[in-house]
Amino acid sequence: MNVQTPPSAEERVEKLQGLGSSRKRVEDARFTQGKGNYVDDIKLPGMLFGDFVRSPYGHARIKSINKDAALALPGVVAVLTAEDLKPLNLHYMPTLAGDVQAVLADEKVLFQNQEVAFVVAEDRYIAADAVDLVEVDYEELPALTDAFKAMDADAPLLREDIKDKMEGAHGPRKHHNHIFHWEEGDEAGASKALADAEVTVEELITYQRVHPCPLETCGCVASMDKINGKLTLWGTFQAPHAVRTVASLITNIPEHNIRVISPDIGGGFGNKVGVYPGYICSAVASIVTGVPIKWVEDRIENLTATAFARDYHMTGKLAATKDGKITGLHCHVLADHGAFDACADPTKFPAGFFHICTGSYDIPVAYVGVDGVYTNKAPGGVAYRCSFRVTEAAYMIERMIDILALKLEMDPVELRMKNFIRKEQFPYASALGWEYDSGDYHTAMQKALDSVSHQALRDEQAQNRAAFDRGETRKLMGIGVAHFTEIVGAGPVKNCDILGLGMFDSCEIRIHPTGSAIARLGTISQGQGHATTFAQILASEIGIPAEDITLEEGDTDTAPYGLGTYGSRSTPVAGAATAMAGRKIRAKAQMIAAYLLEVHEDDLEWDIDRFQVKGNPEAHKTMKEIAFASYNQAIPGLEPGLEAVSYYDPPNMTYPFGAYICVVDVDVDTGVTDVRSFYALDDCGTRINPMIIEGQVHGGLTEALAIAMGQDISYDEIGNVQGGSLMDFFLPTAVETPVWQTDHTTTPSPHHPIGAKGVGESPNVGGVPALSNAVIDAFAHKGLTHSQMPHDHWRVWKTAQSLGLTG
Amino acid sequence: MSKTHVKMTVNGKAVEALAEPRTLLIHFLREELDLTGPHIGCDTSHCGACTVDIDGKSVKSCTVFVGQVEGADVTTIEGIAQPDGTLHAVQEAFRQHHGLQCGFCTPGMITRAWRLLQENPNPTEEEIRYGISGNLCRCTGYQNIVKAIQAAAEELSVKEAAE
Repeated sequence: MNVQTPPSAEERVEKLQGLGSSRKRVEDARFTQGKGNYVDDIKLPGMLFGDFVRSPYGHARIKSINKDAALALPGVVAVLTAEDLKPLNLHYMPTLAGDVQAVLADEKVLFQNQEVAFVVAEDRYIAADAVDLVEVDYEELPALTDAFKAMDADAPLLREDIKDKMEGAHGPRKHHNHIFHWEEGDEAGASKALADAEVTVEELITYQRVHPCPLETCGCVASMDKINGKLTLWGTFQAPHAVRTVASLITNIPEHNIRVISPDIGGGFGNKVGVYPGYICSAVASIVTGVPIKWVEDRIENLTATAFARDYHMTGKLAATKDGKITGLHCHVLADHGAFDACADPTKFPAGFFHICTGSYDIPVAYVGVDGVYTNKAPGGVAYRCSFRVTEAAYMIERMIDILALKLEMDPVELRMKNFIRKEQFPYASALGWEYDSGDYHTAMQKALDSVSHQALRDEQAQNRAAFDRGETRKLMGIGVAHFTEIVGAGPVKNCDILGLGMFDSCEIRIHPTGSAIARLGTISQGQGHATTFAQILASEIGIPAEDITLEEGDTDTAPYGLGTYGSRSTPVAGAATAMAGRKIRAKAQMIAAYLLEVHEDDLEWDIDRFQVKGNPEAHKTMKEIAFASYNQAIPGLEPGLEAVSYYDPPNMTYPFGAYICVVDVDVDTGVTDVRSFYALDDCGTRINPMIIEGQVHGGLTEALAIAMGQDISYDEIGNVQGGSLMDFFLPTAVETPVWQTDHTTTPSPHHPIGAKGVGESPNVGGVPALSNAVIDAFAHKGLTHSQMPHDHWRVWKTAQSLGLTG
Repeated sequence: MSKTHVKMTVNGKAVEALAEPRTLLIHFLREELDLTGPHIGCDTSHCGACTVDIDGKSVKSCTVFVGQVEGADVTTIEGIAQPDGTLHAVQEAFRQHHGLQCGFCTPGMITRAWRLLQENPNPTEEEIRYGISGNLCRCTGYQNIVKAIQAAAEELSVKEAAE
């Protein structure tokens, strides 16, 4: 006789691969074999290719467009211009920020590489040839590329289409290039705190224009089936359901006749949230021609026309006592939004969640005011691997703290520790209106300090500085500390919506008779590994091994409605929906188990993967048994089947935080800055898959490195974009990227069903100030208080030179 | 535009086709041969998502005309696993060590790592970092990619010792 020992509780938990398991990713089998399915991999019969004619000018009037030569080229099917889109009222499209954006330039171009005409041809080579044959006659106009001059009396008028519309989406506009003024907090109180303060500091801190630059650019395939009237749109969409609704509203195609599919997405980082002219033109071209149209932008188009990020000029002022207690914060932001306000923010927040800018500190009074302006630059303003404008906020406050520490001649760590919100103050109401859910900042900071032997580093730095002054070394050591607090998981429907769509999210689960399952979500992974991690949440909730749960996202015909993946919202919102749907499954399973075990359901308790009778664990039914019973037993009072759906409206945002410490060595003669070490402690609440969390932190820190040390999309005075290809736009290789040291504390969110807060964006948010603070700290003893990013070799050398340190 | 006759070996199979001389190898592979593993990530030969192997060398296939590979032996990510579907040690190591996230750079990265380990079976961490510096990744920060390549090198050397 073969007697099998029943598996132990530990073995049953292990088999589930649920919460806390570093489960290997299910996505990897296809990606490691080249079997992913990205949008440019889609090939449909008769498919044509679209390509754009783009403006060489930053600001110019279009005098004429001649399509004849292009149309005469064999293989060219159509050339669309604004004139063709006007009868359909599609020459402009609504933006997420309440503005409109030209789909194809209407009479004027407002930024270099703006879309002017859309060529449709039989293959991408012919389309590219035809682009060169479209003759556009321009009259160049004076360009505006300095945001500080946007509201000058003599500043050129950019947006003729709205020149008489002085009431914008967010209130009155005070100049033809003004978009909005938005403010939060107590300006009089903050001004008084500054006036009364023993010590004040003020600095203009610019967070330069950068770009998310996912390795896959944006693209789509539009296919109009004229027989059944259905439009299918495959694309690099971070929010497929929102795209469907917007597409329906602007094309008047009924929403049930539009199917939006996000296939595998090659990174998003916020770049793929917005709706771009290529999508509209492809859909129109497919409707007109009746065949599928593919449009995939190239890298230069990606960097110069779709979705920049940041471009915030932040004037911070801090008030404090002599012994370092912060008494007030005042901040004004000049926000450069480019030619159209296409920022991706929840509707009521034109500056996103920038008012998280009090950071990790207990600041009694604060004010923030933001003015958005138009310039002759590409539109965008997306949340590049951060919740809406949170990385700008974290950068401003973490730089200001270091600047205040210099003025006070206090160690920046001591200043932070002195002003941190204390553990017992949570939930904490910030001066700018947020309710921080949970945190333990002192513990996190102390763990970070101990881990890197902070005092020993400061001692070494003192020796390094003395050696530098004696002429024994040409390198200066810098130590950068940042303690950031994020606000993610947008968000509660009561105050978060995008174009009127509440920012809840969803999960639908079906348990199959044999005890495996499928779950569908309203989000869409772009590398985060949702198919792996959301199955883990469910495994712990319903006791079915993660490997027996299929997870699907991204097809609006099958997935429940959700607002998509960006702003670290998937785990806080869709992850919560997943847990809640799982709990509905478990509640029904409990009733089924009670029937099968012939006990009252209150006499049952859940144990890992089964319901057991309290006090008699031998009497139990596993979820697998319950699943089968739900399909083959007539249970009085219960419908057959085992399915659930949850639409989760979060009661609050979540507030991940972290303590980062970076050490750099700066060669003053070359400006070369070597990141010697980088320690990142993240607290993202409950950790679902530590392996994936660490991977996210590595990647986010590498993006932070790119931003802090090199990325810059600037414009010259006539509107030529600089840094518009990978020749100029810094993406670190494996050689420039240091080894990242990760660590964590765990402070669960009290309002999230499993206590998770989200982590993907923390490293970008915290990494940039840590790196920037380190570079500036290297020169702090020589009198440097601030220098603008990026800290590339040339700028760092210029800093050294201006301080008289170069040879 | 007139087409020219091209002939090469791709993943061990003889391929003959007509193609415009200006056709880039990456487009030929993806659109004519339906080998969509290699990807297009830039226009300037920086990103390496299109990396394939040509006659024993890693090459960015976005910078090669199809006519230039006449008679060559080309391997793409689709040709790295065993014909029976068994993954190569590099592929398996990328999964085990979380060396990928969105997967877009992965085919080029693995194809490069596969060649790197033939060029240098026991690379140091620094040699790995230099060896893959033609391939950009936006998700992983390379840390786990380096770890995966180190693990694959060890696995392959154990296998070789056993043979």
